[in-house]
Amino acid sequence: MDAKVIVVTSGKGGVGKTTTTANIGAALAKLGEKVVVIDVDVGLRNLDVVMGLESRVVFDLIDVLEGKCRMSQALIRDKRVENLHLLPASQTRDKDALDPEVFKEVVRGLIETEGFDRVLIDSPAGIESGFRTAAAPATGALVVVNPEVSSVRDADRIIGLLEAQQINEIRLVINRLRPKMVASGNMLSEADILDILGVKPIGVVPEDEGIIVSTNIGEPAVLGKTRAGEAFMATARRLKGEDVPYPKFDVEGGFMAALRRLFGGA
Amino acid sequence: MFSWLKRGRTKETLKDRLELVLAYDRAQIPPGKVEALRNDLLEVVRKYFPTGQSSIEIEQRGDMVVLLANIPIDENAQGRSKP
Ligand SMILES: Nc1ncnc2c1ncn2[C@@H]1O[C@H](COP(=O)(O)OP(=O)(O)OP(=O)(O)O)[C@@H](O)[C@H]1O
Ligand SMILES: [Mg+2]
Repeated sequence: MDAKVIVVTSGKGGVGKTTTTANIGAALAKLGEKVVVIDVDVGLRNLDVVMGLESRVVFDLIDVLEGKCRMSQALIRDKRVENLHLLPASQTRDKDALDPEVFKEVVRGLIETEGFDRVLIDSPAGIESGFRTAAAPATGALVVVNPEVSSVRDADRIIGLLEAQQINEIRLVINRLRPKMVASGNMLSEADILDILGVKPIGVVPEDEGIIVSTNIGEPAVLGKTRAGEAFMATARRLKGEDVPYPKFDVEGGFMAALRRLFGGA
Repeated sequence: MFSWLKRGRTKETLKDRLELVLAYDRAQIPPGKVEALRNDLLEVVRKYFPTGQSSIEIEQRGDMVVLLANIPIDENAQGRSKP
């Protein structure tokens, strides 16, 4: 993707925007980009805990907007991955404290003054002001979707709104896919979702307990070895223009899988 | 693949992190501020007792976040450091 400023959004809540932001951010930084991930969920910040950086928050985005601190004071540098930074949301203010035009200026400063290669913005759920503010500075979007009816429907709605905002580099991240259910014909497949939405995919991430463990310890999955982590890493490579094939997920069912389990294979 | 298993029961880690972060949320204090205070205090303590086993921990007590300082003051064990 050419877009330096990418909003991660979905319409529907709880589909994996924050997880995607943390992992793609960490993956891009691992691949050598200078990255900042921004939490704009004012009053309900979470990106800090998902990334395990919560104990280091002193200032936040709103403090920067209001001139209470310098940008460099609010940016938290991740010590595990070089060139990965977090700009946290305020937990104590309300959404109106964040004006889209002012936010645009802040993001411009991050690129022009602070020299970031990539800005990832974790959008709040919904299609109201929080989403609009998050999308305001973006020229690209990752739309996170789960293979289920309400998520796909909301994604379609969001894609329309993004296009109306002249955001034309839109890519789909299909998250929480359960290969076994897809194989048995009880869950929409990647191909089905792409058919329905007509937007280019960039990643398919399986349902994976490793994500829960990684959030428990506050370490993005791309820094460890999990199937979801590998899928996010592959997504980041595609985002950078690499031609990474989509792996066929092991269907954890059927005779061969049962045999493998029996003999202790992975 | 099993690297995370070695970390043991990660929900304990989560519980500790959540208790602390909720305490800060309720008190409306940025956690990093207390962390910075703790580091500054430790630096001062170490200036006076460079070899001591001093520690300052952040703990959650009900709705409060408290700093617990453990500063053994034993000049003989530490050796006298003249200013
Ligand atoms: N691939 C996955 N496998 C298993 N669990 C996942 C996966 N992706 C996300 N989750 C879990 O789903 C929950 C919601 O994820 P997350 O917080 O990233 O969603 P969100 O879209 O940011 O939510 P919100 O709309 O509230 O901001 C979390 O508990 C997360 O751990
Ligand atoms: Mg979120």
